[in-house]
Amino acid sequence: MMTLEMLNLSIAMPEMFLLALACTVLVVDVYLKDSQRNVTYMLSQLGLIITLILISQQTPQNNEWTRELAFNGLFVNDLLATVLKYAVVLLVAIVFVYSRRYLQDRNIFKGEFYVLGLFGLLGMMVMISANHFLSMYLGLELLSLSLYAMVAFDRENPNAAEAAMKYFVLGAIASGMLLYGMSMVYGMTGSLNIVEVAVALDQMEGDNIVLIFGLVFMVIGISFKLGAVPFHMWIPDVYHGSPTTVTSYIATAPKVAGFAMVIRLLAESMGSFQADWQGMMIILAVLSMAVGNVIAIAQTNLKRLLAYSTISHVGFIMLGLLAGNQEGYSAAMFYTLTYTLMSLGGFGIIILLTRKGFEADNINDLKGLNQRSPWFAFIMLIVVFSMAGVPPTVGFWAKLAVLKAVVNIDMLWLALVAVFFSIIGIFYYLRIIKLMYFDDAEDKSEINCTRDMQIALSANGLSVLMLGLYPAALMSICIAAFS
Amino acid sequence: MEWLLSLTPDFILEFALEFWGWLPMWLQVLAENMLYIVMIMVPLMLCVAYVTYAERKIIGYMQVRLGPNRVGPKGWLQPIADAVKLMFKEVIIPTNSNKFLFLFAPILTLGPALAAWAVIPFFDGVQLSNLNAGLLYILALTSMGVYGVIIAGWSSNSKYAILGALRSAAQVVAYEIAMGFALVGVLMAAGSLNLGDIIARQAGGFTSWFWLPLFPLLAVYFISGVAETNRAPFDVAEGESEIVAGFHVDYSGMAFAVFFLAEYANIILIAALTSLMFFGGWMSPFGSMADHALLGDGTHWFILKTMFFIYMFLWFRATFPRYRYDQIMRLGWKVFIPVTIVWIFVEAVMVVMQWGPWAVETVAAVGGA
Amino acid sequence: MTFFEVVFYAFSTLMVVAALGVVSARNPVHSVLFLVLTFFAGSAIWLLLEAEFLAITLVLVYVGAVMVLFLFVVMMLDINITRMREGLMRYAPFGIAIAILLIVQMIMVVGPENFGLQAFAAPELHGADYSNTKELGRVLYTDYVYAFELASVILLVAIVAAITLTMRRRPNTRHQIPGEQMKVMKQDRLRIVNMKSETIDSEDK
Repeated sequence: MMTLEMLNLSIAMPEMFLLALACTVLVVDVYLKDSQRNVTYMLSQLGLIITLILISQQTPQNNEWTRELAFNGLFVNDLLATVLKYAVVLLVAIVFVYSRRYLQDRNIFKGEFYVLGLFGLLGMMVMISANHFLSMYLGLELLSLSLYAMVAFDRENPNAAEAAMKYFVLGAIASGMLLYGMSMVYGMTGSLNIVEVAVALDQMEGDNIVLIFGLVFMVIGISFKLGAVPFHMWIPDVYHGSPTTVTSYIATAPKVAGFAMVIRLLAESMGSFQADWQGMMIILAVLSMAVGNVIAIAQTNLKRLLAYSTISHVGFIMLGLLAGNQEGYSAAMFYTLTYTLMSLGGFGIIILLTRKGFEADNINDLKGLNQRSPWFAFIMLIVVFSMAGVPPTVGFWAKLAVLKAVVNIDMLWLALVAVFFSIIGIFYYLRIIKLMYFDDAEDKSEINCTRDMQIALSANGLSVLMLGLYPAALMSICIAAFS
Repeated sequence: MEWLLSLTPDFILEFALEFWGWLPMWLQVLAENMLYIVMIMVPLMLCVAYVTYAERKIIGYMQVRLGPNRVGPKGWLQPIADAVKLMFKEVIIPTNSNKFLFLFAPILTLGPALAAWAVIPFFDGVQLSNLNAGLLYILALTSMGVYGVIIAGWSSNSKYAILGALRSAAQVVAYEIAMGFALVGVLMAAGSLNLGDIIARQAGGFTSWFWLPLFPLLAVYFISGVAETNRAPFDVAEGESEIVAGFHVDYSGMAFAVFFLAEYANIILIAALTSLMFFGGWMSPFGSMADHALLGDGTHWFILKTMFFIYMFLWFRATFPRYRYDQIMRLGWKVFIPVTIVWIFVEAVMVVMQWGPWAVETVAAVGGA
Repeated sequence: MTFFEVVFYAFSTLMVVAALGVVSARNPVHSVLFLVLTFFAGSAIWLLLEAEFLAITLVLVYVGAVMVLFLFVVMMLDINITRMREGLMRYAPFGIAIAILLIVQMIMVVGPENFGLQAFAAPELHGADYSNTKELGRVLYTDYVYAFELASVILLVAIVAAITLTMRRRPNTRHQIPGEQMKVMKQDRLRIVNMKSETIDSEDK
């Protein structure tokens, strides 16, 4: 007989609260008039703040982090999970701040955006805390389903519909691949629990074709979701086609969840097959860095450019992951967290420049930004420098950390390849800076946006700079998460 | 001819038993079950025939007419005459229709309506198959019947037929949800999916049957049943005033007769199920007080209850005007489904708090679930 | 061959044939009907595994509801099959090559070598009092309650998403407000006019 206490519900408090919040927002929103949508927004933000507080309650006694299980081992909480959950909740909250005016201008300021955003956030938190293939898969589907709907959210826009269709079809195939791989692993190990799978795999001797097959499928599924080449086709179209606020949502928090997925599925459960997935990841990483950086040069659409930049950054994250040791994982985690921050800043600037009936998603729309608003040009400068990996911004430290991890496993050539492609990448980042500072503005209209967005965007940009000046605190958390 | 004399009844019986024993096991099982199936089907088919007669008579009286009274004494042979007539009529197959599906559709409507009787208990233990998931089986089969209607409408290659089929499809899907939820209430009350157990849980007479604690569910279930069978006032799938006869407009002869049979078989089935789920099936309304052969438990109670609900179907038809299509949809989605969900919630609270019929002593008294 | 095996092979053959029918039928309605047949065969195989709850639920949910809606939609679509098949021959060799590759891989991986009876013993048969429904329910609401709840959240999101993407308020559609209808009084609709009674005689003049 089992009792409710055995489920150990208290450590899943943030998730349960978030679910209740999303349902509450859904119901409250039904009874609001169109002019009262701000209530939905405020309620969501308030809820996210409470969620953050609840996550901070999870700190264990004596500063000793252990893996705490709940729901019969389907749910795990450790330092990694707590840190990543902080990150995703914060990122989503900032995306919500950025999105309000944009949605209002386009008459899509509806409660469903926040409801779907919150459900997607719940999916990410479930993925981050997954200790079981089932909960990982369900979290992923919860996230993906919310994202598909959010991409198509602006119904009048045919680009959005096309992007949603592509995303849905490819995402469904990827989920199928992942599931297929999981079922193979289940067939061989007889368990879906990540820890039990790891134990079972450790005891197996020799090559097992079924497991390799399952591993290949899982890696393909994961690469689809992360957007690594050659499974990247959906990224540019989806980034381009969806409303910019949704792009900023997709480009940030889900990457953190994707990182958690790689750690849980590959590092934690398939750890004894590290040699096998390392080889696959090297190919994925090199291809991603090459394709991402080279194709980005030819882009004139800012959102597409950032999409290809994302692909190249995913390559860098994979560099850290393929190292397969504590150093590599923490470097990849540092990279993921800081990259999402930069990406958020970049899309924040695009949202800032848009106004009613005008999408500032062409690269020429950045022309002469310095004349229009020196402060936000400076913010964009920090973000772009950081993406390019120029010190003293945080992007430099992130790149340095993953390269160091790769060099330490005696793969100097791989590090050199990475440096080579990031030098190519600098070209298009510098072009953005040239447009902002050395070209005359074609469009001299004033930038007007709400105070909360200005504050959030400034804080976003400055945090990229501050983390670059003082990277030690975040770095030590990342190292602690894997010790 | 000498050997004929040796064919005494004793000898024939002995020979038959010998022959029986000589058959392989699986054939014995098959033959036995076949016999039971025939024992259920033949009376059922007769019932179907005479329900049509009852319908015409009853509605006739309700409308101050006489109804059929020419064929045989008081019209008793009317259904037989109808059957003979339909059997000898030509089955016309429309051009450009899909012949296989066109002929398969009526069978597909009748099949599930008959197959559902496999799990109906006529008395304690008297049923063809004592399935553990009997309730689910019934639900699955009743949800199948709509295929016949849809395929008939589509394969007729006629716009009236397809309109009828589309109406029917949307209607059946809408009401199936409410019906399913109503049965969820029953299975929560009984704690079992087995039909025998569901009846056993209702032991104790008129007031301990499920109709009392589950009254909203009973109403939803029965009305949804009327809608599922496409009977008046929910018969827009036929809708003779606007789409001629809906999905079976192109059917004639025996193919039409099978649709007709299916409709009435479904009515009897829904009536029987209502009496099983909510009115204690073969239980006597007098509970344990009655030991008399007629007043005590017995199949006759089951038949009586079923007949009452069949009568309700006919009564509805004579009483209510047809619903408009959007009204049907509104009733199904916006009234019935919320009502069932609310009542399931109420019931869940009652079960957990052990109130009313779910009090500990009551459960213990009837043997519990 | 035991009776069990005969039934299994009969239904699995039916399932494969029906599945082939789904992809090869020329008419989309036939495809859907083949899919229904596939579900039936699958449900029969589940019954052989003593998973009667799953088997019946497959019929109830997929055949009884999902496929009905599928048929509903497919019947109303006006699909031009010849146009749909235009590119077929061009891509056929490529598709067939990939299919063969996949089949070979599958046989290598999921074949009897790795998943045969030597690797996995056949499950024990349960007695007549075994209730698959009860067992499933017990596991679903205890060990896997987290996954179960998550699945329900996914369904909720699916509902929200579907409504978000399709529901629009068109200002000029006509619809009923039943509450208003109920409030109608006789005097709102009916006007009784006093008229002089007329006779046939007066009409003639």
